[in-house]
Amino acid sequence: MVLSQRHKWETIGAVHATLVDGAARLPPSAVPAIPCIRRPKGARVTDAAFGPDLGEVFGPSHEGGGPDLIQLLTPEGERIEHSEFSFDLGDEQILGFYRDLVMTRRIDTEATALQRQGELGIWASLLGQEAAQIGSGRALRDQDFAFPTYREHGVAWCRGVDPLHLLGLFRGVDQGGWDPIADKFNLYTIVIGAQALHATGYAMGMQRDGVVGTGDPDRDAAVIAYFGDGATSQGDVNESFIWASVFNAPVVFFCQNNQWAISEPIERQSRIPLYQRALGFGFPGLRVDGNDVLAVYAVTTAALQRAREGSGPTFVEAYTYRMGAHTTSDDPTKYRVSEDLEHWKLKDPIERVKAYLSRNGVADDDHFAAVEAEAEEMAVHLRKGCLELPDPSPLDIFDQVYEEITPELQVQQAQFAAYLSSFEGAHASEQGARP
Amino acid sequence: MTAITLGKGVNMGLRAAMEKDPKVIIMGEDVGKLGGVFRVTDGLQKDFGEDRVIDTPLAESGILGTAVGLAMRGYRPVCEIQFDGFVYPAYDQIVSQVAKLHFRSRGRVKMPIVIRIPFGGGIGAVEHHSESPEAYFAHTAGLKVVACSNPVDAYWMIQQSIDSDDPIVFFEPKRRYWEKAELDESVAPDGLFTSRVMREGDDVTVLAYGPMVKTSLEAAAAAAEEGTSIEVIDLRTLSPLDLHPIFASARKTGRVVVVHEAPVTLGLGSELSARISEECFYFLEAPVLRVAGFDTPYPPSRIEEEYLPDLDRVLDAVDRSLEY
Ligand SMILES: Cc1ncc(C[n+]2csc(CCOP(=O)(O)OP(=O)(O)O)c2C)c(N)n1
Ligand SMILES: [Mg+2]
Repeated sequence: MVLSQRHKWETIGAVHATLVDGAARLPPSAVPAIPCIRRPKGARVTDAAFGPDLGEVFGPSHEGGGPDLIQLLTPEGERIEHSEFSFDLGDEQILGFYRDLVMTRRIDTEATALQRQGELGIWASLLGQEAAQIGSGRALRDQDFAFPTYREHGVAWCRGVDPLHLLGLFRGVDQGGWDPIADKFNLYTIVIGAQALHATGYAMGMQRDGVVGTGDPDRDAAVIAYFGDGATSQGDVNESFIWASVFNAPVVFFCQNNQWAISEPIERQSRIPLYQRALGFGFPGLRVDGNDVLAVYAVTTAALQRAREGSGPTFVEAYTYRMGAHTTSDDPTKYRVSEDLEHWKLKDPIERVKAYLSRNGVADDDHFAAVEAEAEEMAVHLRKGCLELPDPSPLDIFDQVYEEITPELQVQQAQFAAYLSSFEGAHASEQGARP
Repeated sequence: MTAITLGKGVNMGLRAAMEKDPKVIIMGEDVGKLGGVFRVTDGLQKDFGEDRVIDTPLAESGILGTAVGLAMRGYRPVCEIQFDGFVYPAYDQIVSQVAKLHFRSRGRVKMPIVIRIPFGGGIGAVEHHSESPEAYFAHTAGLKVVACSNPVDAYWMIQQSIDSDDPIVFFEPKRRYWEKAELDESVAPDGLFTSRVMREGDDVTVLAYGPMVKTSLEAAAAAAEEGTSIEVIDLRTLSPLDLHPIFASARKTGRVVVVHEAPVTLGLGSELSARISEECFYFLEAPVLRVAGFDTPYPPSRIEEEYLPDLDRVLDAVDRSLEY
């Protein structure tokens, strides 16, 4: 059984006195019993020599995101002040976010349903992470560039990618139907963490093109790299931090800490809160309430602005929760308790915006119904479009490999074409049926 | 006798190896509590504890790099790579460290590491989940590479691999995980580095391994109805190759077709073709033909059935060989 987050942190905080000097304070289950070791003579150190007590850094005080969590809209829909960050746009903007959030969730539910009905091979749901994606996606300017994982359907929405184009990869008809260059939204990257380096390199290109720190708001640009909590363990991600730091690249590392990497909880990737790692690489790290679209927008806007101005990278940890399965192939009941889920349900990213809007008379039920209706209409379009997505031609794959096809590959293509036509249109995908 | 799936065969083999030797440990992403995304390590953490079945951080280079250190300390790590396409972050550790430490230390350092990789296509997956990277490893001196094709071999071969003091890349045909066969543990297994004649025949020899063994056997059954007698050999070991049964068969039939999912250029078929023409030249009635993946990245899954060698493509090659 998985302990709830709260219990885990209590345990971690409670055991800090039991270990040998200087060692990181770890939960007992994670640390094999270490016999008392005698300090070698002549090497006396104080207890403080090895730095702060990590049990306190990553202790009970981190329940619910910890003291550094930046929040501007509470789960109950109250606007609150933060000493450093504020949301300065009006209610019009919040209405827009609301629509984005609802539409994004609707894309997600429709895709999940399509998978259940066998129309998609698999789907990676963003349920629960809508605010992290809309808040950061809406902070982007047209000239910025985003590098997603495979779950950034909300960011795709903000970039203007047709939701239908997201389905191709999951249906198995293509590997991303949009134009990454034109949409300034890279193809989904499934190999965990690889895109963090691509984002950094792209940002280095922007530096060289003179579109960083000119002071012209329509010209200065930045990059945002999306990845998950699990990805922070990958070499590529850590190398991207070093590159970005050393070259002061205009990139925002946007980590959605949804607490899980398939079945592995965040404790399997890090002993300290992720945002605190950034300092060690030489740039600031912030933790924002990933279910608060206003705070995510405010923090990401500021981080992107820093990057565009030439002040270098920022790490933003959006503290959130993966409400669904890892993908439609996954069964989370094997590894996590529903208690956590219930707890996070109360922090739903959409409900709090809705509560704010209705409490303050910004929107009424008619408005909400109209947004729902629009989402329904979009879902119908999505479903219809999905069923009509054409299968690729097996012969086309040969043309896509190189800018200039090789003679060898042309021969393979021609032979395969001849082979396929030998079935005279009746190529049996049912095995066994020979011409 | 019990009927087991291929996945269960690996699972039972792992369990047997862990019971036999406390130094055997399992490491990988999601292998513990979840029991692996294919449930191949199901129940092992529960029974052997978190010290022996380790849910690792999400970093393949880390999995293999720490396995090297554990091996130096006397452990026998069995590393799971979640899918074929995710082995590359660990490629440097595998090729430059795992494969070379024995050589560099002149035998003072042993690397009894097993790297389990579910491989191949046919399950309708998204990109990076259907690849066949075996040639990269078979090309690397210092590694041994095997592929199981059925539940009984899965059970024995994983244990034999763990017993080996050399590093072994162990390929599991993921689309065959659910295939069943009877396991009789009283029947002693063949040696790990041996190929096996799965079906005897006189007209054409078909060489296959992993997922393509079943395809080839089905092709042989279909061909038999048309009066063509196909001999099917399951290579089982890709490096080293067990060539003698292959040469014997090639000399008998004079016609050889090699089948694999991996792209054709410089795949296992290239080496087999070269060796057969070197050793059996005067016996051959036709050039060695290859049925393999095309020299393209693995395509979107909607057309994988066309891309993958299937019964028809095997028989097409058999026909071409016979027409020579
Ligand atoms: C290099 C690599 N290794 C393993 C995988 C298999 N895999 C897919 S998603 C995933 C977990 C990712 O967790 P996280 O980074 O937290 O992102 P999330 O899925 O939670 O959004 C794993 C292990 C992969 N895609 N790439
Ligand atoms: Mg995660």
